[in-house]
Amino acid sequence: MITLSGVRKEYSGEVAIGPVDLRIPRGGVTALVGPNGAGKSTLLTMTGRLLGLDAGVIEIAGHDVARTPSKDLAKVVSVLRQENHFVTRLTVRQLVAFGRFPHSRGRLTAADEEVVSRAIDFLDLGGLENRYLDQLSGGQRQRAYVAMVLSQETEYVLLDEPLNNLDMRHSAQMMRHLRRVAEELERTVVVVLHDINFAGHYADRICAVKDGAVVEFGTPEEIMTGEVLTRVFETPVTVVDGPRGPLAVYY
Amino acid sequence: MAETTASRVTGPLPAPPARSSGALPTGRARRRYRTVVAVLGVLAAGFGFGLLAWDNPMPVGSDGFWRIAQMRGTNLVVMAVVAICQAVATVGFQTVTGNRVITPSIMGFEALYVAVQTTAVYFLGVAGVVAVQGLPQFALQLVLMVGFAMLLYGWLLSGRYANLQVMLLIGIVIGGGLASVSTFMQRLLTPSEFDVLAARLFGNVSNADASYLPLAVPLCLGAAVLLWAGSRRLDVVALGRDASTGLGLDHRRETMRVLFLVSVLMAVSTALVGPMTFLGFLVATLAYQFTGAHAHRYVFPVAVLTCFVVLSGAYFVMRNVFYANGVVSIIIELVGGLVFLFVILRKGRL
Repeated sequence: MITLSGVRKEYSGEVAIGPVDLRIPRGGVTALVGPNGAGKSTLLTMTGRLLGLDAGVIEIAGHDVARTPSKDLAKVVSVLRQENHFVTRLTVRQLVAFGRFPHSRGRLTAADEEVVSRAIDFLDLGGLENRYLDQLSGGQRQRAYVAMVLSQETEYVLLDEPLNNLDMRHSAQMMRHLRRVAEELERTVVVVLHDINFAGHYADRICAVKDGAVVEFGTPEEIMTGEVLTRVFETPVTVVDGPRGPLAVYY
Repeated sequence: MAETTASRVTGPLPAPPARSSGALPTGRARRRYRTVVAVLGVLAAGFGFGLLAWDNPMPVGSDGFWRIAQMRGTNLVVMAVVAICQAVATVGFQTVTGNRVITPSIMGFEALYVAVQTTAVYFLGVAGVVAVQGLPQFALQLVLMVGFAMLLYGWLLSGRYANLQVMLLIGIVIGGGLASVSTFMQRLLTPSEFDVLAARLFGNVSNADASYLPLAVPLCLGAAVLLWAGSRRLDVVALGRDASTGLGLDHRRETMRVLFLVSVLMAVSTALVGPMTFLGFLVATLAYQFTGAHAHRYVFPVAVLTCFVVLSGAYFVMRNVFYANGVVSIIIELVGGLVFLFVILRKGRL
């Protein structure tokens, strides 16, 4: 379980996030949605201890992220930002192998190699594993980074907009992969999403963030209503019954 | 350092798993790496021996030969120290700054060196050159440069502006300011004083005094070994701040550690032989091309060997072909620059 209590972050006099109180239960996919600048990514990066908090406590599975040594936390939670500057001389496999760093400190054992292979196969990167990162498309590179995070084998996986820059096919593929991560590997996936329809279809829980505060938290059925979405996104949203569940129409 | 890696690589390797994440995953990559190390090793030994033996009037191996070689040996040791310092410092610095086109001299080490030398001559005349020579003065220059660097790093990386780019920018500005002050003081010198000073402002192996070595060698070896021992962590640092924090590395601490060691290495090299702006950048880039891998534990030895080959080769040519002792940095910048352009244009990527 991830618990945020009284979490605050101040950017300047006017822009502040929090205080946020939130409990994300174990298991499944939780989507963070909300308008631009609402603080979704900030909450996620603070939870992943990439950003310090100004007040409050964040606990992941009982570990206080501000107090637990980063080394130990890396075995509990993995986090991926939306932009990663990449090293051109790395192959996909070498990148994925970095996910084993918290466990092996860079000295890979046969067991580590096996985990790396599994993560690569899980994301269908087998044919690409010896390619260099600069020889990949944006979507493939994104998958390679997700594979790295998976090979870290942490119970909690935090992803900041993994669908950024992906086309329809790759977005849907990525979400299916994340569902399988949650179901087959029994990890807890928390993901920032821009497209409410992806959240509605693939997530188990949706957390709506607005103006630095959590305004809604519930199942897709509870959140995917015209009234709630209109309030969260401050734009008229109609929810219609699509062939595969509710669809938000906002244009 | 180079030897240990070479023997580890050439030693009997266990049969690699079919799918390997090693830095040199295929047999071909390993053979290539071994060849590169061997060729560089032979070149380094060749130039090294050439410097000792060329123009040596005594027959090789005789008592007199070694007596003459011993006097030239100091230069060779100085070159080795400079090679280790420049190569290791530049590779480490480029990794923590996430930038492959800069050298640590950007942080103002050389400007500081030039300023110290110029100030001494300005206030003390020709005697000033002598006044800044000697082991205590050497130690003082080291302390000054490392202190200056740590002040800059510490202030800029721990305060409100904890940002590497801002730190680099301020380093450049301070370096530029120091350089301008030095240029101004140089304008006011008499021609003879200026002449004496100018000789010390070219990077020159003969600038070094053998009496500095007891301090320079341990510092250089210590810092280089510490950086090399942290190779695996540097590999992670290269992924960037967020990714390395996510993997459980204390990114800021690691950055500070590397920057401190880099400043020690750069200070030793600069205080020993003077500015060598282009050398580190050249050999770091070449080393990445030669190694064909990202892993620092493979890049460091190749960079050091390349640096020694470039330095001793340039020195050999200047001494025995052009009879122009002392302006090694000029030939390094000329030939090195051409080689560098050739490699980059052929490969098309850094």
